Amino acid sequence: MNIRRVLIANRGEIAVRINRACRALGVSTVQVYSAADRDSLAVRLADQAIEIGPPPAAKSYLRSDLIIAAARSSGADAVHPGYGFLAENGDFADAVVAAGLTFIGPSGDAIRLLGDKVAARQVAAAAGVPTVPGSVARLIDVEAGLALAEKIGYPVMIKAAAGGGGRGIRVVHNEEEFARQFPQAAAEATAAFGDGGLYVEKLIASARHIEVQILGDGQRYVHCFERECSLQRRRQKVWEEAPAFHLDAQVRAAMCTAAVKLAAQVAYKGAGTVEFLYDSTTENFYFIEVNTRIQVEHPVTEMITGLDLVAEMIRIAGGARLSIEQDDVVITGHAIECRINAENPARNFMPAPGTITRLVVPAGADVRFDSMLYEGYTVPPFYDSLLGKLIVHGPDRAACLARMAEVLSGLVIEGLATTIPLHCALAADEAVASGTIDTRFLEDWLVRGLLAAQNP
Amino acid sequence: MSKHQVLSPLPGTFYRRSAPDAPLFKEDGAAVAMGDVLGLVEVMKNFQELTSEFAGRSITFLVEDGETIDSDQVVAEIEV
Repeated sequence: MNIRRVLIANRGEIAVRINRACRALGVSTVQVYSAADRDSLAVRLADQAIEIGPPPAAKSYLRSDLIIAAARSSGADAVHPGYGFLAENGDFADAVVAAGLTFIGPSGDAIRLLGDKVAARQVAAAAGVPTVPGSVARLIDVEAGLALAEKIGYPVMIKAAAGGGGRGIRVVHNEEEFARQFPQAAAEATAAFGDGGLYVEKLIASARHIEVQILGDGQRYVHCFERECSLQRRRQKVWEEAPAFHLDAQVRAAMCTAAVKLAAQVAYKGAGTVEFLYDSTTENFYFIEVNTRIQVEHPVTEMITGLDLVAEMIRIAGGARLSIEQDDVVITGHAIECRINAENPARNFMPAPGTITRLVVPAGADVRFDSMLYEGYTVPPFYDSLLGKLIVHGPDRAACLARMAEVLSGLVIEGLATTIPLHCALAADEAVASGTIDTRFLEDWLVRGLLAAQNP
Repeated sequence: MSKHQVLSPLPGTFYRRSAPDAPLFKEDGAAVAMGDVLGLVEVMKNFQELTSEFAGRSITFLVEDGETIDSDQVVAEIEV
């Protein structure tokens, strides 16, 4: 491994997490930060910290030129992009390499290929991975889209080719809606992603979101089993588990094998995630997209496998071969992660920046809290609302769920509103306990909860 | 002649237009009706509309488009 000093091109809890992985590898760290993050935990933990710009991300965390200049001036030899910001920007990966540095992630070409959702569907199909019925290429015009939608059957989703992470998706139920929404979707995609390309997929009515963690060194590829991420609000994950419950062993094996095949198809280097929709009635699974970066919910995989995924991706980027064989990856017990956001569940999840006046985190060998918090820290309003992730491990799902309820009741974050009450309610919910959930469950559950509160 | 102060309930970034190429929600000096959209506050990647709780004959903005604001900061004054 030839990496000695890593520049962390991110902020918040993932910057703290990357710093910890670097420590484990004996690698020093350089943290870049915006003026809003001077007092952040990530800045305090790093060996060196460099301010690169004002609070808006467009003037700091999204400025690849400033980040690369900071890497050069600080003697870093590699850049870790974390998630979000520039993590899935192929041109940034290329610019890092062009500057003589190592990008901790796949090549710019792989990022661009898999980041284009239509191209990624073609890669999946070529690897023999089932895809959701829909487009084989970008739609030329609304007529082509209407003809395809007619063929696969409504409801369908109009999706942005450059979208991802739940953004740029519209559900339409008939021809008239399709014709009306199509031009708006194209305009929105152009505005949001700089690319108006659209494609169509059939809407799978009741589906779970299950994703497979992969690791590759460009020659060998392994999976680290799957994560269940169906509890979502506005297509953003809220609660994740590993392994997925109520999943037949043969289906699990087929899904994980499909993900490895897809990784091999593009000679994948680094850590990645292959996302699937799983139809529990038919037991069919369909490829959705590949995320070419470390994911927020990676700790649940680490808790059940004992792997350090962030350290592994740094080693691979540093030229090392994969340190594990497929048979080395075994599942022990069950893990659940709750995303603790600075949002007020009682006020329709209104963002709630503010100052942490009191922080109590339950400790234990089976508990992990990946966060950016300390007492006295002021959470700035400029970035997303994720404060941290509470992760609990148990010998089985029932024990893990009970332990999560216990740990949640001991987690104290005062000074701002958080989503802890939401997680307490979910941990006590019968449908969550029985695992009878799909990707629409949480939003329906929130609506029902609201009605119950109004009609006691 | 009295003035009402318009306070932002949230910290974040204040915008006077819905998109970089869109017209201003309200020009300086324009009349304001109750419920008119005065601006957007971007907080944690969410955009919250700031609507007027007052009616008045003329509004004066005290912050620029795209400026960082604190919660309870006065962003505009409305003359009634």
